[in-house]
Amino acid sequence: MAGEIKTEKPPAVETITVKVDGKEIDVPKLTPNWQNNLVPTTVLQACEHAGIEIPHYCYHPKLPVAGNCRMCLVHVGMPGRPGPDGKPPMNEDGSLKIDPMVLPYERSTPKGVIGCATDLIPGMEIYASSPETKEMREAVLESLLINHPLDCTICDQAGECKLQEYSVEHGQSESQFAEYKVHKPKAVDLGPRIMLDAERCVLCTRCIRFSKDIANDDALGIVNRGSYNTIATFLDTPFDNNYTLNTADICPVGALTSKDFRFQMRVWFLKETKSLCTDCGTGCNTVIGSRENTMYRYEPRENDAVNGPWMCDSGRLNYKWIGSENRLSQVQGASGWATAITEISGKLEEAAPRSVAIIGGARQTNEELYLLKRLAEKFEAITDSVPRTGKGDRLLSHTDKNPNSTGSRLIGITDERPGSRIADIVAGIEDGTIKTLIVFGDDVTKAGISETLLDKLELLVVSDILPNNTTSKAHYLLPGCAHAEKRGTFTNIKGRVQKFMKALEAPGDARPEWEFLHELIENTTGQNGFSTIEGLFNQMANEVEAFKAKNLTWSALGDTGVTVEI
Amino acid sequence: MPQEYKLLLKNADEPGYSNDIECYERNGGYQAFRKVLAIKTAKDSNNKEITPQAQLRTSVLDSGLRGRGGAGFSCGLKWSFIRHPNPKPVYLICNADESEPGTFKDKQIIYKDPHQLIEGMIISCWANHVNLAYIYIRGEFTEGAKILNQALQEARKKGYLGKDIFDSGYDLDIHVHRGAGAYICGEETGLIESLEGKRAYPRIKPPYFPAALGLYMCPTIVNNVETLCNIKHIVEMGAEAFAKLGTPNNTGTRLVSLSGDVKQPGYFEIETGKVTLGELINEPVFGGGLRDGNKLQAIIPGGSSSKVLRAGETFSIEDKEIDLLDIPYDFDTLMKIGTMSGSGAIIVIDDSRDIIECLANLAEFYAHESCGQCTPCREGSLWMNKALHRLTHGEGRKEDAEYLKHIAHNIQGRTICAFGEACAWPVLSFVDKFKDKFEEKVSA
Repeated sequence: MAGEIKTEKPPAVETITVKVDGKEIDVPKLTPNWQNNLVPTTVLQACEHAGIEIPHYCYHPKLPVAGNCRMCLVHVGMPGRPGPDGKPPMNEDGSLKIDPMVLPYERSTPKGVIGCATDLIPGMEIYASSPETKEMREAVLESLLINHPLDCTICDQAGECKLQEYSVEHGQSESQFAEYKVHKPKAVDLGPRIMLDAERCVLCTRCIRFSKDIANDDALGIVNRGSYNTIATFLDTPFDNNYTLNTADICPVGALTSKDFRFQMRVWFLKETKSLCTDCGTGCNTVIGSRENTMYRYEPRENDAVNGPWMCDSGRLNYKWIGSENRLSQVQGASGWATAITEISGKLEEAAPRSVAIIGGARQTNEELYLLKRLAEKFEAITDSVPRTGKGDRLLSHTDKNPNSTGSRLIGITDERPGSRIADIVAGIEDGTIKTLIVFGDDVTKAGISETLLDKLELLVVSDILPNNTTSKAHYLLPGCAHAEKRGTFTNIKGRVQKFMKALEAPGDARPEWEFLHELIENTTGQNGFSTIEGLFNQMANEVEAFKAKNLTWSALGDTGVTVEI
Repeated sequence: MPQEYKLLLKNADEPGYSNDIECYERNGGYQAFRKVLAIKTAKDSNNKEITPQAQLRTSVLDSGLRGRGGAGFSCGLKWSFIRHPNPKPVYLICNADESEPGTFKDKQIIYKDPHQLIEGMIISCWANHVNLAYIYIRGEFTEGAKILNQALQEARKKGYLGKDIFDSGYDLDIHVHRGAGAYICGEETGLIESLEGKRAYPRIKPPYFPAALGLYMCPTIVNNVETLCNIKHIVEMGAEAFAKLGTPNNTGTRLVSLSGDVKQPGYFEIETGKVTLGELINEPVFGGGLRDGNKLQAIIPGGSSSKVLRAGETFSIEDKEIDLLDIPYDFDTLMKIGTMSGSGAIIVIDDSRDIIECLANLAEFYAHESCGQCTPCREGSLWMNKALHRLTHGEGRKEDAEYLKHIAHNIQGRTICAFGEACAWPVLSFVDKFKDKFEEKVSA
């Protein structure tokens, strides 16, 4: 009827009823596969819905199914074949007759199916925890272990190893194996970042499939046959694409290890902190592994809206600067934070309108850029960020090498073209109209504001974390924090606003930039801002249009962020 | 008196018969396909048209022809899994990888009568709307590949392959692809992977049933050499006459490869089920008996992966007690007695052999040939081999018989392809039937 408001119901998800360990459960008929196409739900996924984990090595939800490890063998019961009347065999009570599967040639022996590649059939019974299933698992696990070196004590994977975990949960305490083990190559230099221990390998081929189907580099394969099978590259060509380290992540055992991380730290000592990669505008979600204020590794953190479960090698290894000995750790130009902030505030208060320029680096957080923007509004300052570009690819690595260009634009530090106002700043310094320059997180000498120009300034306030040509010219140098040392948010290239947590303490007197920016603003504008990151974010979200449109709050961001209109 | 029945091998061993196309045609070659081309569209009881191709497929189903590669699956049924018309191209592959130890029957046809295979393939391709077919031949048959290529070339020249073959408007070409010497390439999905240029890792089924997702992810029929040759004879004789050969549900003839401890090892063609195991071993027209003074110890009846039979065993079939040597050589009876006729390869073992050595030899083969893709077979095949070689080197333990069964039991039915059974069955059956010999090994 015209004028009537139709309430659109979301399309009902078609379900299928199966039994898992005797309990009936409705599960979606279709489930997205590794390419995000809807395909029939599998036995393994049905068990997941039922809260029962089916152990597996080769299956990975983001890779094509291989079905080779056989760890997910499950005993199931199936409806019989339809008779001449087209109807499947029924029980006397009229219910569907379900027969536990047996070997066709030995009907006394139960037959398992692989959970990862067996589609559900209505009425199917999955005996996920039955003695039959347990026996199949134990057998596969025993087979996997007979030639395994059992060198957990020196293996980097120990503590996050699926062989260890399943041995505890599903294995037997003893093996009958009474023969000599197979020996295979160890410490094989597969490429610049990956080391292979072929004896630990369970030949699940996750690494091969990842490299071929995700990284588009058909670099890995298997040589030899049978029990002597070994992962290898073609004629020892180095395994060297920008995604090789993901193979160490998805390797369920200690066969593929990161050269950067191996023998550095036992994983159970690592504190895990949710963070973001700052290597480019993609903003891959990460976990920082740190111990006693030292960062040991990045691992990708799954976020289907951004990076899936992957990240690139250059991003993953781009963390050494955080713990660098060269880090700026002292306030320079004043005796300490209190005097520096008071002095800078005093000088700024005397500044004439439009005599101040602000460079807010697109490596700063949304919150920091927002505070710089407020400072700029007070002094009618011209603002910009220095663009940084580099090589990108079609997978994750973006050509914009700043992690927060989008935030910088949405908040109003830059216009559509970051760096386009730098020429105006140069002209302003040259003709003497700009007397004060505030730089956060950029080396402006690389962007056209030469050291000679910087010498002309009456006041140069710089905050950074590592020394450069701009910091050396600063009248006041305020040591800031790496993202790993503070909390905050970035807006990635697609408009995903994501937060990161603090993993490490900053060196020396270094402080999170938003903290001392907050003090500067309070001193110069008299407005009291928020002194917590949560409050600051919420205040910003209420003022920045794009954030406001999505009703962003710190807590609403969750662990994986929210996408805003860009 | 049991006799050979020469159908496929009617010409091959005749004096003066050569493998060129002229000789084949002088002996009635390529007439079967001409006969096929004359089939007219028919109508069923509902007045619905049945294409000539569909009629031929039905007649193959009616002939009762079962696959000669090993599994003995109905050929007509296998063909019926392909939907017609199909939106994708349909491929046919002739499995000429003949690699089951003890088997050397397809070789006879390939080397001596290649055009019989080609004609069988042309008919089969036509029946299934195939325009491109492959012969996947084992790498070791270097001469065989040459002969086939020569024969294909001859057929192309005559217009029997290529565009518009036999002026029928139908296009077909056949290519020979050589394997590189791996047993697993005889497994149909491993073969397909190998043909696609990849490592011959068998595919998981489901979803990769060749009839749906075969070569290049298109519907594909994979048939054995002997099976495809039979198609030609089904056309020539008619399905009904063909079905009268052999015994019910075990129709036609079988090429038997007889090897081991007999006086006259070799290949023989018999009517399926019309000759017993004992006759095949002992009759002068077949094996000619064991070497003088030696007694029968065991028979491996259908290629090395079939379960072993021990001399003196009796079986009760339909309430009749039947001695091992009186078992008719067919598909069903051998299945009933717990083994299979597989690829038609009978390996005879006399009492001069150390039966554990025989098994160790087989285990070594399977450990060497396991592709290593899936865990139970990859690890289990070498494990069994090591244990058996320990036994044959004087380091047997009393628990080894059970130990071996434990390993084999963990392989069968749990692998991607039938190699799991192929390597587990010899061990399971040898241990079951020769437990005393295992015990002797321990005390020795």
